[in-house]
Amino acid sequence: MVERRPFLTFLSHAVLILGVLVVAFPLYLTFVASTQTSQAIVQTPMPLLPGGYLIENYTAAWNGTGGGSGSKAPVGQMMLVSLVSALVISLGKIAISLLSAFAIVYFRFPFRMLVFWAIFITLMLPVEVRIGPTYKVVSDLGMLNSYAGLTIPLIASATATFLFRQFFLTVPEELVEAARIDGAGPMRFFKDILVPLSKTSIAALFVIQFIYGWNQYLWPLLVTTSEDMYPVVIGIKRMISGGDSEMQWNIVMATAVLAMLPPALVVMLMQKWFVKGLVDTEK
Amino acid sequence: MEKRVFFRSNWLPWLLIAPQVVVIVLFFFWPAAQALLQSVQQSDAFGTSVEFVGLENFRNLWHDETYLASFYTTAVFSTLVAVVGITVSLLLAVFADRIVKGALAYKTLLIWPYAVAPAVAGVLWLFMFAPSVGVVSYWLRAIGVDWNHLLNGTHAMTLVVMAAVWKQISYNFLFFLAGLQSIPKSLIEAAAIDGARPWRRFWTIVFPLLSPTTFFLLVINIVYAFFDTFAIIDAATQGGPGKETAILVYKVYFDGFKAMDLGGSAAQSVVLMVIVVALTVVQFRFVEKKVNY
Repeated sequence: MVERRPFLTFLSHAVLILGVLVVAFPLYLTFVASTQTSQAIVQTPMPLLPGGYLIENYTAAWNGTGGGSGSKAPVGQMMLVSLVSALVISLGKIAISLLSAFAIVYFRFPFRMLVFWAIFITLMLPVEVRIGPTYKVVSDLGMLNSYAGLTIPLIASATATFLFRQFFLTVPEELVEAARIDGAGPMRFFKDILVPLSKTSIAALFVIQFIYGWNQYLWPLLVTTSEDMYPVVIGIKRMISGGDSEMQWNIVMATAVLAMLPPALVVMLMQKWFVKGLVDTEK
Repeated sequence: MEKRVFFRSNWLPWLLIAPQVVVIVLFFFWPAAQALLQSVQQSDAFGTSVEFVGLENFRNLWHDETYLASFYTTAVFSTLVAVVGITVSLLLAVFADRIVKGALAYKTLLIWPYAVAPAVAGVLWLFMFAPSVGVVSYWLRAIGVDWNHLLNGTHAMTLVVMAAVWKQISYNFLFFLAGLQSIPKSLIEAAAIDGARPWRRFWTIVFPLLSPTTFFLLVINIVYAFFDTFAIIDAATQGGPGKETAILVYKVYFDGFKAMDLGGSAAQSVVLMVIVVALTVVQFRFVEKKVNY
């Protein structure tokens, strides 16, 4: 702070509190709705304090026993699908990017720069611009409604490859020389020196990519047609496909809370790496 | 910058890059090539015959009023998302940068929405504004606004813009905060000694020095509004009422998977590809050089 201005300090807090309230209100309301009966929500205005049906609503959502006009698939199964896909996508992206960055930085081979640019260009081909043909490839390979179909097409990562390449370029060359003198081969150097050195970058990327994987929407919407392969994000959308008033909003909102918890936990517990990851992957 | 020391092997590097290369060829380049090919072809409803039609799909798009309307919708939507999102987050970041006590608490509370899936964000905002059960729509009625985004296009657009901005505030906020914290305190102190008051200091020193961050976020927010908001729109309005909130990506999806117009959808994909390439080039050319005075 440059100078004391009590009014400005007061104003700062006022603006921030207002900002936090506006940002948090949808989340709070979701939680409140997930603890009410569906009748209480339909009576406008709905109560703004938590009700007493927390356990009932969450068990109903988890087991898929909630009534209503939309989909009734059990959320427990969807959470499992989401968790497996998010983990495979995030860890898979990290693994294949580590390997390709290692190859590009530490080896000389023909078409090396071509491979590098090919990976770079995938930045310009998001799923949205090639949905039809990509869907066709996945369906020809028989990967619809499978974990492979949900995850493998999303596993390539230009940003992660870049990040690791940038990082590897800063690793002192003496380490390679020392490793070679000690008789270590390339894979040994990779496993015992490079990967341990990249730990913070890996943690940062994990947070970003886990959220990316968990929050996928368009892709799962295309490749999953059977209820037992829906990720939870798709499940919610299917639940609200009924009408406006006959919907079981309490169950939908309990599902929404469940769908938000894992990525929120990852962000909260790994906040330090999360901020680093965001800033690094974009630079 | 290149390594001077490297390993020698004829087969190992190929093995190492193989997984990434297989994935990008199979799921990125092959489909993108197919999209390019389909965009100059036309097939009948059952996909039994395919004929080469040149640029006819593109010409049809150009004459299709709903497509032009969708361009306009996308322009309005992404401008609103970028401008509102950047303004609100800049305001919050400037105040958060000022205060000492409780800064971490505010920061922690403001980064929550980043973790929320776009589709869930759409459902949350839909719930608050649902004409029959929503709390906010009830309050709006109490002050005389008859909110109904199922019938009113402006209301629907407002709803998706709010949900999209809400979701992106955390991201913008974190980047602005990092940008503000990298501005040397001595500059601001010097200006304060010269008698510049906070308002003036902001516009003559802080804002110009933040311009690289602002420009970077502008590009990122436009990309976000173009591509990552599909889930928000699909959950909250399904592009409705009519086609009032059907942005380009929504139309590609709808025409390709619901209306089964493969050629038209592929031509739209190609147009989108051109837009992404342009945005990426802008981002790398200007952000690398840093927009600055």
